[in-house]
Amino acid sequence: MDRRSVLKVAGVVSAAATALVAMPRLAMAAYTEKAFKAKGGADALQNAYGANATTPSDQVKLKAPDIAENGAVVPVEVETDMQAESIAILIDGNPSPLALTADIPAGTKGLVKTRCRMGKTTNVTAVVKSGGKLYTASKEVKVTIGGCGG
Amino acid sequence: MKKIIRNVAFGLVGLSVSAASVAGPEEDRQAFRKFYENRFPQVQPIGDFQNGVYSILPQAREQWEAIEEFPPYELAIEEGEKIFNKTFANGKSLKDCFGEDGAVREQYPHWNKERGMVMTMELAINECLEANGEKPLKYKKGAMAAVSAYMSYNSRGQSINVEIPSDDPRALAAYEDGKEHFYTKRGQLNFACADCHMHTSGMNYRSETVSPAFGHATNWPVYRAKWQEMGTLHRRFAGCHNNIRANPFKAQGEEYRNLEYFISYMSNGLEFNGPAARK
Amino acid sequence: MSSIRIKAKERKGEVDVKCLMKHDMETGLRKDKSGKKIPEHWIQDVTAESNGKVVFSCAFNTSISKDPYLAFAFSGKKGDTLKISWKDNTGATDSAETQIK
Repeated sequence: MDRRSVLKVAGVVSAAATALVAMPRLAMAAYTEKAFKAKGGADALQNAYGANATTPSDQVKLKAPDIAENGAVVPVEVETDMQAESIAILIDGNPSPLALTADIPAGTKGLVKTRCRMGKTTNVTAVVKSGGKLYTASKEVKVTIGGCGG
Repeated sequence: MKKIIRNVAFGLVGLSVSAASVAGPEEDRQAFRKFYENRFPQVQPIGDFQNGVYSILPQAREQWEAIEEFPPYELAIEEGEKIFNKTFANGKSLKDCFGEDGAVREQYPHWNKERGMVMTMELAINECLEANGEKPLKYKKGAMAAVSAYMSYNSRGQSINVEIPSDDPRALAAYEDGKEHFYTKRGQLNFACADCHMHTSGMNYRSETVSPAFGHATNWPVYRAKWQEMGTLHRRFAGCHNNIRANPFKAQGEEYRNLEYFISYMSNGLEFNGPAARK
Repeated sequence: MSSIRIKAKERKGEVDVKCLMKHDMETGLRKDKSGKKIPEHWIQDVTAESNGKVVFSCAFNTSISKDPYLAFAFSGKKGDTLKISWKDNTGATDSAETQIK
């Protein structure tokens, strides 16, 4: 088993932590198959940001429901007061966890709101890239398949 | 057997009389409203019942408010506006039937004396199309739901004000038919609308919380996350029947139009707030 | 007509943007009635520009819901234009422009 696939994203400093390399700003948010189709969160971050070492921080504010009303439209909000260069959202249990990366140029607020699809109960992780490091906040979002009427 | 169950259902509502023939619709309506006021005193102001289950579940409400930041039904309103303003082959348009902005929600459902039936807005839309040589629309989703969304949106704030004209006994009969439908157990699961949406409203069936029936008629058509598209009230009626494994009735057929008549009357005084987003 | 709807309002120097983009965002996992897989089709990149500068850009995969919703905020003022464009996996693009209120 590949060492990388053992790594979990939230709050774990990876044994193979790689330092961030200087990347052209705009290129960071661009879609790449390597990042967005990566099967694991750590791989996805590695491919998106060139690093996957993360530190949990309470300066990363993640807003997502405890129990999703409907897994097809789960409102997710990430906000931070840190000087953010980029914000990402990972949905750990999805086939490809990296759902979104957003570039935050100077003059733009560290804020992203969107609606995600979640296939099952899993952790949603917000990642904020600031000062060359990756900070995270994570929470479990439950997804249920209805009952009668559902 | 059916009669016994029905009377038990009435008894549980707490009506002071045992049979429909003595209590009139107004008494029914007041008892109905009182039932929900007592069951859910946290719903303040009472008009918030128009938001269904979101009036009683704070966590679900938060997600709904997030969706309302830019609700998916806005796309349907735009589509509906285009259809509403489109000129027919004969030069007319839906505007000729429903006015410049189609804000006629408060006129429906109503009792049509000449034809001896309950008129609903969706039925009126199709009758307008057909009278002008256009093809009628399917009643449950798509273009019909879009036009209804547009007209409902422009009618927001209007109050439900269903009348049961006293000079036509057939109107009362239609109301009674809808009322009976609401309280009659049916399907493999043997549920009446009242079982879920009245006696156990606010409780869970597995992970679904059932909404109170008071306010049910205010917010249609609906963008349902489950459908990932718009649907009309009659689509939802059919869906509910399927859920309890009962044979659904035809959209805009007599059964569902009478049921709509009854549940709308029960919510008289509440504001129309369609189209809405729901799970 | 554009698939993008934009609401952009300025308050105290900060522009609040909410946008909704009409797009199926097919995951490629769904099957149609005949059992055939519906091919994946989704918005990959979104860019927002105002006054000639990129104020926000992001990339998605199919974990983003159908008819994607995005909200963000940047320093700006009433009357400025805001242009939002997207590109999907087929290479198709679309854009819409609005004036900040």
